[in-house]
Amino acid sequence: MSLLKYESTLREPLVDGDYSVYREVTYGIGQWNLNKTIGWGWDITNFVWWVGIGHAGTLISAILLLFRQGWRTGVNRAAEAMTIFAVMCAGQFPIFHMGRVWDAFFVLPYANSRGPLWVNFASPLLWDVFAISTYFTVSLLFWYSGLIPDFATIRDRAKTKARKLWYGVVSFGWTGSTKHWQRHESLSLVLAGLSTPLVLSVHTIVSFDFATSVVPGWHTTIFPPYFVAGAIFSGFAMVQTLMLVTRKVMKLDDYITLGHIEAMNKVIVLTGSIVGIAYLTELFMAWYGGSKFEYDAFYKYRIAGPYGWSYWTMMTCNVISPQLFWSKKLRRNVAFTFIMSIVVNIGMWFERFVIIVTSVYRDYIPSSWSVYYRPSIWEVGFYLGTFGLFFTCYFLFSKFAPVIAIAEIKHVLKTSGESFKEKMDVIEKESVEHFAHGHAH
Amino acid sequence: MGQVKKYIVGCFDDEKVLFPAVKKVRAAGYKIQDVYTPMPIHGLDHALGMRETSLHTAGFIYGITGTTTALTCMSWVFTSDWPLNIGGKPHLPLPAFIPITFELTVLFAAVGMVLTFCYLCQLAPFVKKHHFHERATDDLMVMVIECTERTNEEEVKAMLNSNGAVEVNVQEAPVGWWLGRYDRPSKLFKTREVAY
Repeated sequence: MSLLKYESTLREPLVDGDYSVYREVTYGIGQWNLNKTIGWGWDITNFVWWVGIGHAGTLISAILLLFRQGWRTGVNRAAEAMTIFAVMCAGQFPIFHMGRVWDAFFVLPYANSRGPLWVNFASPLLWDVFAISTYFTVSLLFWYSGLIPDFATIRDRAKTKARKLWYGVVSFGWTGSTKHWQRHESLSLVLAGLSTPLVLSVHTIVSFDFATSVVPGWHTTIFPPYFVAGAIFSGFAMVQTLMLVTRKVMKLDDYITLGHIEAMNKVIVLTGSIVGIAYLTELFMAWYGGSKFEYDAFYKYRIAGPYGWSYWTMMTCNVISPQLFWSKKLRRNVAFTFIMSIVVNIGMWFERFVIIVTSVYRDYIPSSWSVYYRPSIWEVGFYLGTFGLFFTCYFLFSKFAPVIAIAEIKHVLKTSGESFKEKMDVIEKESVEHFAHGHAH
Repeated sequence: MGQVKKYIVGCFDDEKVLFPAVKKVRAAGYKIQDVYTPMPIHGLDHALGMRETSLHTAGFIYGITGTTTALTCMSWVFTSDWPLNIGGKPHLPLPAFIPITFELTVLFAAVGMVLTFCYLCQLAPFVKKHHFHERATDDLMVMVIECTERTNEEEVKAMLNSNGAVEVNVQEAPVGWWLGRYDRPSKLFKTREVAY
């Protein structure tokens, strides 16, 4: 069973996206409804949203590896794949936002013929270039080095010549030698150790894009932790969306269990609450800080004003609705989890929209205040296009690569099997009365 | 292909059986070429007498290289090559260099380690190796013992059998076997039934 049979549903967003990008490249940024005041709109909202989604994959594969969370093996490979595809989608937005996309390589510090004139290493936007490209590269390496032994397993079970050849190429000639496993373990551990601060740094740096400026509502020191928590929050929601579909279509109920879903829902309720506290802290500081502009940004233009509806959508989806996950019954309900995962992602998209648009449309000088911003059809089309790209990549991955980390699952089954056997040994040695006393209700 | 060597291959399906077998084979003075396993088995490297890998040390060196590269390049550009005045800010803003320095440290360490890993393990697309058993990536642990003129083949086979090997056979593989071909298993396996 493959997810690829749903491929036809992706054609439309992909075509929309391609045409929207074509319009933007041919006619320029004017195709979008951005203006001098609202220079960042849907594009940067989408960028931050997609980068945030990527974070869950690294969190599951790296941070949970360091914390020795055995359950992660059921979902980590697919979540890492999701990270890579999400970062690919994210990258599109700043690149096309440059307008003259053919000059995009100007952001790289290379010895050019213009002096050489270097990039500004002290600019948060350049930090972003380094952060996102490093994040993409390291995630890709981590993901692929984990896939090599699994590809080898498929190669050695392959029946057709074409499959043998293809998986022979992608498995890099892996044999499973003890020395290779020893190095592989060391590599995974160090890459996990590197990815952990990396994933925290990436969204921290994305938040610096805002926090280092002097725009009301942006220059707050709470941004880095607040963005990272939000990223993990939205990322786990997207992992849920994908995993629930994958689990259903590919019949992986035995590998991605209700226990996995519940564990991820616990992370969602935790990070959702952290994000909620951050929202409240922002409101408190805007009042307590005594800056008129900061106060206005929050109390006049965010919770009220023409964009008030987006603030309240954000509050409902991100802070109020995840609280339902305190109920164990709802945490273990697949249909409810699926709906919540979409609600959370809508909420997190609005968070970025609120931060970006409500801060820039009213700043210090009333003469530069903007009219109401609504996206052009090409901005919406571009966003839809990234969905097409994301799901196409994910479906191809689920078709051609193992969505479950095979070798890691074998390892975990082995060790948990051992501990189960030991437990059973103890139980078998116990006297009947003792056992009954301990286990009866 | 060059020289061809003979190997005795013993397959195990449980690591609890494998570990004592490894110990006994080594105690009897035979050299275990390698054990191929479908998943990492902790402690097997020590049981085989392998030393710890230094891959993480290499990673540290790559990381330090990244740190120095980032700091030197940015300081050189901002102070001597083209000291651009950006809003009257200092020419050597060290705090502002932290993000890029960190990212390059991670990038150099990760890329360097993965390349070193691939080089040390001779992993690359289109590399073809000799595979002693096609279930070595599935559910069998495959112990490979090199045969020399002093090896008593029958004794080793008997020892493997008596120590719980589910399958024992003798195979020939080219020296420098990492350049061998895995896609011609029929030549090596044709005398044997693969039990699935």
